[in-house]
Amino acid sequence: MIWIDTIVQGILLGGLYALFAAGLSLVFGIMRLVNLAHGDMIIFAAFAILLITSTLGLNPFLAALIAAPVMFGLGWALQRFVLNRVLGKDILPPLLVTFGLSVALQNGLLEAFSADSQRIPAGPLESASVNLGFVTVGWMPLLTFATAIAVIVALNQIFYRTALGRAFRATSDDPVTASLMGIAPKGIFAIATGLAMVVVTIAALYLGMRANFDPSIGPARLIYAFEAVIIGGLGSLWGTLAGGIIIGVAQTMGAAINPEWQILSGHIAFLIVLLVRPRGLFPRAVD
Amino acid sequence: MTVLETKGLTAAYGQFRALFGVDITLAAGETVAIIGANGAGKSTLLRSVTGVLRNAPEMVLHKGDAIGALPAEVVMQRGIAMVPEGRKLFPSLSVEENLLIGGQVRRAAGPWNLSAIYDLFPILREKRDVPGTALSGGQQQMVAIGRALMSNPEVLLCDEISLGLAPVVIRDIYAAMPQIKASGAAIIVVEQDIGRALSVADRVYCMMEGRITLTAPAATISREAIHTAYFGEPA
Repeated sequence: MIWIDTIVQGILLGGLYALFAAGLSLVFGIMRLVNLAHGDMIIFAAFAILLITSTLGLNPFLAALIAAPVMFGLGWALQRFVLNRVLGKDILPPLLVTFGLSVALQNGLLEAFSADSQRIPAGPLESASVNLGFVTVGWMPLLTFATAIAVIVALNQIFYRTALGRAFRATSDDPVTASLMGIAPKGIFAIATGLAMVVVTIAALYLGMRANFDPSIGPARLIYAFEAVIIGGLGSLWGTLAGGIIIGVAQTMGAAINPEWQILSGHIAFLIVLLVRPRGLFPRAVD
Repeated sequence: MTVLETKGLTAAYGQFRALFGVDITLAAGETVAIIGANGAGKSTLLRSVTGVLRNAPEMVLHKGDAIGALPAEVVMQRGIAMVPEGRKLFPSLSVEENLLIGGQVRRAAGPWNLSAIYDLFPILREKRDVPGTALSGGQQQMVAIGRALMSNPEVLLCDEISLGLAPVVIRDIYAAMPQIKASGAAIIVVEQDIGRALSVADRVYCMMEGRITLTAPAATISREAIHTAYFGEPA
């Protein structure tokens, strides 16, 4: 019985990791850009939400609603004015630039908010739970997981049901031919990064309500996101959710055996998947 | 009226010069064929016109406007659509999505829409939901042509549309040309298949080693003249 509980908690934790990873997966899928500052952007957004809740006295969900369009604009501008200039055949320049951005974000946040641990107050939701009969789960993990699924469904709808999504896929396939269709690839990339920052804001909302955060913890979130994306197979959003769940379950099971093993067992699960399926569980047919 | 013109167009890939001062004109509603051997510069010429290769602005004129330095997406939005060499369908898009994306950014008023393309190439209606790259080469070429037509272009550029296709398939594709011409677009057809090119063109340019070596009405051009323009004067 304790094992069922552990597995359910792990699955729900996987929803949080999938939220961390979805934005990373989106950007990589469309422009083959590995954003090493992704984790720090989540922390940045968490501080933004915290700032809005504390200054305006808003509830965190409303604060995230305000932060999301701002983050979209920042992502759009970052891509338009910085990252588009370094995208090209060579994969090294974008890695260096996003690595630099990661360092700058951490230090900027440290300067602005100090190294103190923070938390976005979520009121009674923090400890509320629901009894599902065989297992009792917290509302917060349940809501996180449901949001992860909603985000993935929404992104898939955008990708496969809208003209914008068609342009995303065409540009990802072949930017030169896309430009012959009148599509400006760099404009598409800017919209994609903006959209990824909206997902980052959602991830930041749940990260900040569920756990303490400080300016230095971005890179660790990036590792979980990376692992989820790679387990799932690059570019597949449902695969990313599966990857998040595998890491989540491995972590809670490891922690159930010995609390010191929580982080380690997640990484070991990642390595095992990589050994068995080097291209991930759901690799894309064309790449 | 001249819709498209190149003036002293030069192009180079690094140190290698591919075009040496190419002058061509295309009148509204006209179909021009550009023929020449492999490496003569035909595809480079089209890449320069579409903006995939950038040039000095005045080297390419669209209705008198200098467009040589514009990026490809802006050139396309002006009504110059391209059927690229090798079809270049988007593998992640279905046949119908490949067609739709051709008219997504620019859709001028005109005869072409999904159902008109499906009437032109009926097989595509049956295959509308399969991935573009799951089709035969000839069917992919039909999608590539339909995709370019979806914007109702003023100028249609066709790069080697018979390349790698069986003769019977080429015949089917060229059978659609009269209808495309009748819809009013000015067309440039780049071809290695001289017979096909002459059959649809009003006028022919012959290219050799990055230069135009011959221009003549398609109806009066002689085989000897083409031979000379292709391979140079007999020694």
